[in-house]
Amino acid sequence: MSAETHSNTESGTITPLLEVKGLRIEGLSEKGWHEIVCGVDLQLKRGEVLGLIGESGAGKSTIGLASMGYTRDGCRITDGDIIFDGLELRTASEEKKRRLRGTRIAYVAQSAAAAFNPAHRLLDQFSEAPVDHGVLSRREAEKKGRDLYRSLDLPDPENIGERWPHQVSGGQLQRMMVAMAMACGPDLLVFDEPTTALDVTTQIEVLKTIKEVVTARQVAAIYITHDLAVVAQLADHLMVLRYGDLIEMNTTGQMLTAPQQDYTRALLDARTRHEKPPSEAAESGALLTINSVTAGYRNGPDILQDVSVSVTRGQTVAVVGESGSGKSTLARVITGLLPPRSGSIEFAGERLPPELAQRNKRQLREAQMIYQMPDVALNPRQRVRDIIGRPLSFYLGLSGKERERRIIELLEQIELSDRYIDRFPGELSGGEKQRICIARALAAEPDLIICDEVTSALDTIVAQAILNLLQRLQSELRLTYLFISHDLDTVASIADKVVVFYAGRIAEQGPKSAVFEPPFHPYTRLLLSSVPEMRQNWLEETLSTREAQAGIAREVKITERGCPFNERCPAVIPDICVSERPPVQTAASGHTFACQHSPKELAS
Amino acid sequence: MPMSNLFKEFLSAPLTAKFGMLVIFGYAVISIFAPLIAPYGETEILGGAYELWGDKYLLGTDNLGRDMLSRLIYGARNTIGIALLITVLAFLLGSITGMIAATVGGWTDQILGRIVDVLMSIPSLIFALLVLSIFGTAMPYLISVIAILDSTRVFRLARATAMNVAVMDFVEVARLRGERLGWITVKEILPNITAPLLAEFGLRFCFVFLFISALSFLGLGIQPPTADWGSMVRDNSTLITYDDITPLLPAGAIALLTVAVNFVVDWMLHKSSGLKDVS
Amino acid sequence: MIHILKIVAQRIALGLLTLLVISLFITFGVELLPGDLAESILGQSATPETVRVFRAELGLDKPAHLRYLDWLAGMATGDMGVSLANKREISELVGIRLANTLFLGGFAAAIAVPLALLLGILAALYRNSFYDRAVNVFTLTSISFPEFFVAYILILFFAIKFGWFPGISNVSTELALGDKLYRTLLPAATLTLVVVAHMMRMTRAAIINLLASPYIEMARLKGIRPTRIILRHALPNALAPIVNVIALNLAYLVVGVVIVEVVFVYPGLGQLLVDSVSKRDVPVVQACSMIFASVYILLNLSADVISIITNPRLLHPR
Repeated sequence: MSAETHSNTESGTITPLLEVKGLRIEGLSEKGWHEIVCGVDLQLKRGEVLGLIGESGAGKSTIGLASMGYTRDGCRITDGDIIFDGLELRTASEEKKRRLRGTRIAYVAQSAAAAFNPAHRLLDQFSEAPVDHGVLSRREAEKKGRDLYRSLDLPDPENIGERWPHQVSGGQLQRMMVAMAMACGPDLLVFDEPTTALDVTTQIEVLKTIKEVVTARQVAAIYITHDLAVVAQLADHLMVLRYGDLIEMNTTGQMLTAPQQDYTRALLDARTRHEKPPSEAAESGALLTINSVTAGYRNGPDILQDVSVSVTRGQTVAVVGESGSGKSTLARVITGLLPPRSGSIEFAGERLPPELAQRNKRQLREAQMIYQMPDVALNPRQRVRDIIGRPLSFYLGLSGKERERRIIELLEQIELSDRYIDRFPGELSGGEKQRICIARALAAEPDLIICDEVTSALDTIVAQAILNLLQRLQSELRLTYLFISHDLDTVASIADKVVVFYAGRIAEQGPKSAVFEPPFHPYTRLLLSSVPEMRQNWLEETLSTREAQAGIAREVKITERGCPFNERCPAVIPDICVSERPPVQTAASGHTFACQHSPKELAS
Repeated sequence: MPMSNLFKEFLSAPLTAKFGMLVIFGYAVISIFAPLIAPYGETEILGGAYELWGDKYLLGTDNLGRDMLSRLIYGARNTIGIALLITVLAFLLGSITGMIAATVGGWTDQILGRIVDVLMSIPSLIFALLVLSIFGTAMPYLISVIAILDSTRVFRLARATAMNVAVMDFVEVARLRGERLGWITVKEILPNITAPLLAEFGLRFCFVFLFISALSFLGLGIQPPTADWGSMVRDNSTLITYDDITPLLPAGAIALLTVAVNFVVDWMLHKSSGLKDVS
Repeated sequence: MIHILKIVAQRIALGLLTLLVISLFITFGVELLPGDLAESILGQSATPETVRVFRAELGLDKPAHLRYLDWLAGMATGDMGVSLANKREISELVGIRLANTLFLGGFAAAIAVPLALLLGILAALYRNSFYDRAVNVFTLTSISFPEFFVAYILILFFAIKFGWFPGISNVSTELALGDKLYRTLLPAATLTLVVVAHMMRMTRAAIINLLASPYIEMARLKGIRPTRIILRHALPNALAPIVNVIALNLAYLVVGVVIVEVVFVYPGLGQLLVDSVSKRDVPVVQACSMIFASVYILLNLSADVISIITNPRLLHPR
């Protein structure tokens, strides 16, 4: 490290650690070079955390990498300065930049599973940067690694470094990567969406690690994310970006309480929970009844165990759970893609054949499905006309003018003009594609629509609009939704009834108001407390609760005996919960849950 | 696609691909109009053996005194024709079975896959030689043997690309709608794998073309007196020792067409894969 | 470890099974002929007497399964039967020629493999440069040339015009190694030219694919030296794809050798095979095919095994 690094200016104010001025970056696409970062300035002092927020295409990752003097293939910096501690990175030699990376600026990627080299042990990868840069000896580096693992609460810190990347769970691997970034004691960390791919309970565990690193060790950081609530827990300042332009910059507190720009307000609004008013006078009688279904793939274990759910006509029933909870398997069972091992499904009072091939056209028409990724749910080689028109001709026998008229009508229902009729999916935005998927489902004139994570691949503002559309359609067309989601905010804004899945079993189900209010099932409580809230200090408060301490940093395990949640449960009754199936109880508030504790005990 | 678009595509192509397309066009014209272009008949014996290049016989005569130029022109027709026929057969067989294996899955897929594994683990030239030694060098055997051997590679590609498409949600949507296998294969999957299949067609053609030329060169392919480039090289190869490049002409004709097709395929692959690299 | 051994054993068993299937095909292929092989080969000269003698010679009078077992046992013990054309022991015919073919193939591989890997890796590292584009055009052209075209061009220039090397490669066991290499240079160069092009393209694609991995970007962002990134991060993961490329091309070489041997009148197994096919000397063809197929399968098998035992996910299961 050179001597000039700690210089102060005459006025006495400390020079920023990182200063970016008028940064312009171009990206190469099929149509040639176009600007993806259009003149962005930023400043970062030592020990400060700056949040870069934006939706896809905002250029936030590109800026993050540029602050390390790095651009990906197919990107180039065309203008501006990037000054790190007095050194201009744009003009610095590759060798100079290389010496900074890993030592004074370190990077944490979105997917640790991809960013760790599969061919080397974790501790070897930890030691690589300090040893290669000549900061520490091999022995010192390994000791530092173990110390860091210990201080970051990783399990078995003495030996975990001897493992290979694929032998460690996703959340732990992400924390190992944070530890690796700290190997040389850097001045600046760049976090590139480090928790985006994780479940909420895992996200907390990683956030805890990051918080510890940046606050306790006074490291400056750039934190890139699309999730305002997450970054609000860490950042001192926030920058909102859109299409490569700076929209707004302010301190975190100001930004959350008094946003200046419409776009920022829209972002905040989309992330705020909008409670849905209960559906007006839901009709009596269940449209869909799932009777103690048990199902699994091939010779594997039961992914669903003894699941019973009933869906009332005209209502929205939300199925929530983390990855691996079996909620998507439930959709496959209902649609007939996966015949259950036992149990049955009734639709409008009629027992459905378990296999898809045995169901008739009417049965198929009555339940439609909308998927998570509109990109792969639409055939890229078919025009909108063919996509929406096929169910019309297949189920309803429409053709010619009549079919055309109906397609346009459906387009109107999803708030798209008839100009879209000749387009290919590739010519549509993500939100528009999802609307087309909705129109295709509507074309079959179904009673039930199964929505499988329909908003989780979309940007927040777009997702909000899709939810509004779904609600409007429900009240206009008296549709019934089975809404599968891992996002509790989304569920809160759309559901009438909530079913909480854990490891293939129903932990709790009932009217939304009952499930989201005490008494809670211990898992529901953990899940609810893990959802980041749009206020500062939420993280600290949550981490101090006993749910978080007991429940995070564990994997979901499917168990044959006892309660699957017992390892993570703060209220576990040691012997009983491991060996006995929890009884299903009904609380006074009208919901049922599976737990050894009585509602009274859980209410406290 | 309207003519003007086709022309635009052509103009936007890199130099190598343009060259390739022009060459292919030239070969097509020569093969189709061979009898009109060739100065003499295909099997006419006109003069002495190995006459030098001159006014009467532009490229001289071959080992039996037939006009070299005329045989080269007819050779285009025969060699390309047979290669094309074999490629089309291999393609129909391979792509249809491949797509069915991918869409149906299960046992059908397993059995077809095992058969193809075994066929592919035998080098095709050796396999062809073995079969020819048993059956003799009769055209129908030659054609069907090479077509079957070649269809295995098409099967692999068609199955793999169709699998990638078959796991997509829009195929599941079609299944859930109650569509039949035919619709799913033809309307949902096929349009999404035409680009790689088309490129593969070009590559397969090159392979077959080189393969039957090699067999003919070994004297085991297209049999005399039919004019064929591979056997023309063999029949006149002694000329090489007299520093005469005539026998290299049919070999060069083979090389030029293969280069041309490869250039076009390379461009197509590059275009369809976007920035992804395909060798 | 047990786990990985099991996978390797499975793979080897599959390879052996394939060989067995091929041997079945090679022997029973004869049965597929409509009519009788003896009559068909003898053609005009087929009298009931000659056919009977011929059938006995081929063993066609024995039941098929016995004939197969005899043949298989023979192949395993090195007794491959007798040639129809000149009544010599096939093992005698094959032995020296197999050695010659392996010599030629080995010679070509010794030049081609290092050269192709080096040039291919360079093309991947300097991707989209002028060098890379030139390589693309060169290799595309080169894989489009029939082997005999390349061979005759080399003969025309290096044997006829300049007279540096012999255009006909007759080698015998008495030759000194240097002399042998000199006479084999042109056929080896032909094979090299064709194989290098294929191999370079595959190597380039494999390396480019690898360099796009997030962990390579991570290594760059850790400030690791470029040479170290290649040696420590790219190479261990490139091993499996590169071994695959080598095996595929060696297998290709084994087959390409047939034509090159014919052009250069090289006394190898390939030439014997082609001669025997035109003479319809079925026992020799069967023996040669079996040898070629075995080498081919062994090469592919070893590539598979290497990529299995270098895969960290399989080496260190969860």
